[in-house]
Amino acid sequence: MVKDQNTVCFRTMHLKEKVRHTLDSYLSVGGYGQWKRVLNERPDPATLIEELKLSALRGRGGAGFPTGLKWSFMPRSAPGQKYIVCNSDEGEPGTCKDRDILRWNPHQLIEGMAIAGYCIGATVGYNYIRGEFYEPIARFDEALGEAYAAGLLGRDLLGSGVDFDLYTHLGAGAYICGEETALLESIEGKKGQPRFKPPFPAQAGLYGQPTTINNTESLASVPVILEKGGQWFLDQGRPNNGGPKLFSVTGHVNAPNNFEVPLGTPFWELLEMAGGVKDGKALKAVIPGGSSVPVVPGNIMMNTDMDYDSIAKAGSMLGSGAVIVIAEGTCMVRVLANLAHFYAHESCGQCTPCREGTGWLSRVLHRILHGHGRPSDLDLLDNVAGRIGGRTICALGDAAAMPVQSFLQHYRHEFEHLIEHGRPMEQAA
Amino acid sequence: MSFRNAPLAVIHDVDKDTLFTPEIRAEIDRHVAKYPPEWKQSAVMPALTLVQDHNGGWLSRELMDQVAAYLDMPEVSVYEVATFYGMYDLEPVGRHKVCVCNSISCMLGGSEELMQHIEHKYNVAPGETTADGKFTFKEFECLGACRHAPAVMVDKTYHECVTPESFDKLIKKLD
Repeated sequence: MVKDQNTVCFRTMHLKEKVRHTLDSYLSVGGYGQWKRVLNERPDPATLIEELKLSALRGRGGAGFPTGLKWSFMPRSAPGQKYIVCNSDEGEPGTCKDRDILRWNPHQLIEGMAIAGYCIGATVGYNYIRGEFYEPIARFDEALGEAYAAGLLGRDLLGSGVDFDLYTHLGAGAYICGEETALLESIEGKKGQPRFKPPFPAQAGLYGQPTTINNTESLASVPVILEKGGQWFLDQGRPNNGGPKLFSVTGHVNAPNNFEVPLGTPFWELLEMAGGVKDGKALKAVIPGGSSVPVVPGNIMMNTDMDYDSIAKAGSMLGSGAVIVIAEGTCMVRVLANLAHFYAHESCGQCTPCREGTGWLSRVLHRILHGHGRPSDLDLLDNVAGRIGGRTICALGDAAAMPVQSFLQHYRHEFEHLIEHGRPMEQAA
Repeated sequence: MSFRNAPLAVIHDVDKDTLFTPEIRAEIDRHVAKYPPEWKQSAVMPALTLVQDHNGGWLSRELMDQVAAYLDMPEVSVYEVATFYGMYDLEPVGRHKVCVCNSISCMLGGSEELMQHIEHKYNVAPGETTADGKFTFKEFECLGACRHAPAVMVDKTYHECVTPESFDKLIKKLD
């Protein structure tokens, strides 16, 4: 069994559920120690960023971009307002980790955002939380109130001359707002449609000002990295894959849950922690990083470790750490039709290849699933998917295309069977 | 270098003190205060949510126009937002909103069977309201509660690991 569990974002999980999220609980595990140190000692932000670079913390929202490097892009000493924005618009199907950070350890996110603000020269932060998260929003707002009352947020903190104000911004049901520039548009009171890049947010972000956007888990990892050191964090994982990471193991497992385990943990161990495949069935396939990444056959996953580089070698991506387990006996056409429906629904409509293409993918898969498929449909799917990928402003188009291509690559026979016989090879779901 | 300019401020010929209720105005003002003074429109989403909650769960065109007036925005900018985001309803809804997550983890956990059960038992398709006006049934994309699939959001509360049987009990408890 994996030893080092719940060492970073879930470090309050051992506390009583009723009080786990409070300021007192967070202080009891050493919380706000790093923020107070920063306020008292006023270290050079560059040294803090170096520590983060050493830790090899990579963005936990899905892209895996090194967090320290991202922060170093900010023109922190340039005049003018700068912003730190947290992306808590968790909506990647299969991902349910940020919700638990907000519910069970909101103060660590606040501390991470405050330190981030200090490092990049931002005195204002926004946490963008999806609107459906009523309970997590209430928890986070409650924590904000406690932090302000304790003098940890606001003006001239602890007499240091450092200011930091933090606000919650609520979404209202749009997956695309998890894309960082769509999220900025949304804070500006507009439709969440991604922006062209460049300029990148570090040059012109929120309200046209330099802005850094990080995922909830990335920001909540920062206080522990500074407390225990970048080297400690790096040693928790593997080279270039620092630290533990939250994995949401869901789908056909006996005990679905979030697990914070070191990067590089073998998949089979994670599967074991989640109670194994449901009802003792065999493992058919795994979508290892949220619905947007290519599917991997079960036998390959059983020999793959859970870190960015190992999963890339297996032909997929670690993404958000949402591990979707699919048991033998599941119709893969049905699974893909569900994914395609999602992307068609969530395309923001800005780029033609994505707006039209996701609709085509969804409709063609729907007709195959319902026994009206044509022999030419598989080439059509391949063709449409190929024409979306790489031809859109944001990655939603790629996210819609990649599952289609990988499902056809590994499970083409199931699609052919359904087209030929009008019924699925695998009846049970 | 600048990528976006400050928004187009449109001053409407209306006395803002006549809009909504004093409580709603105070609540909207609380949100407006989070943003730079020239970016009042950043509060459009929370304002629409508040106004919708106080109007039985949906937004009329008049209400959207009032939000535009209150935040000095062109009406069309408010319509754009209200039609883009899935949590706004632009037609009357039932007394409750029942949102069933049908994304992949919930599907693997039985959400399709749950949706079929709802359609048959309550004679309501996704997007429709039951004949007695008790609830509007919505198919939702990932609610972020994948580890306790399938998830259902009833108004503002999540219910997890929902079965057809537990769903019926939930509905029975609603007024």
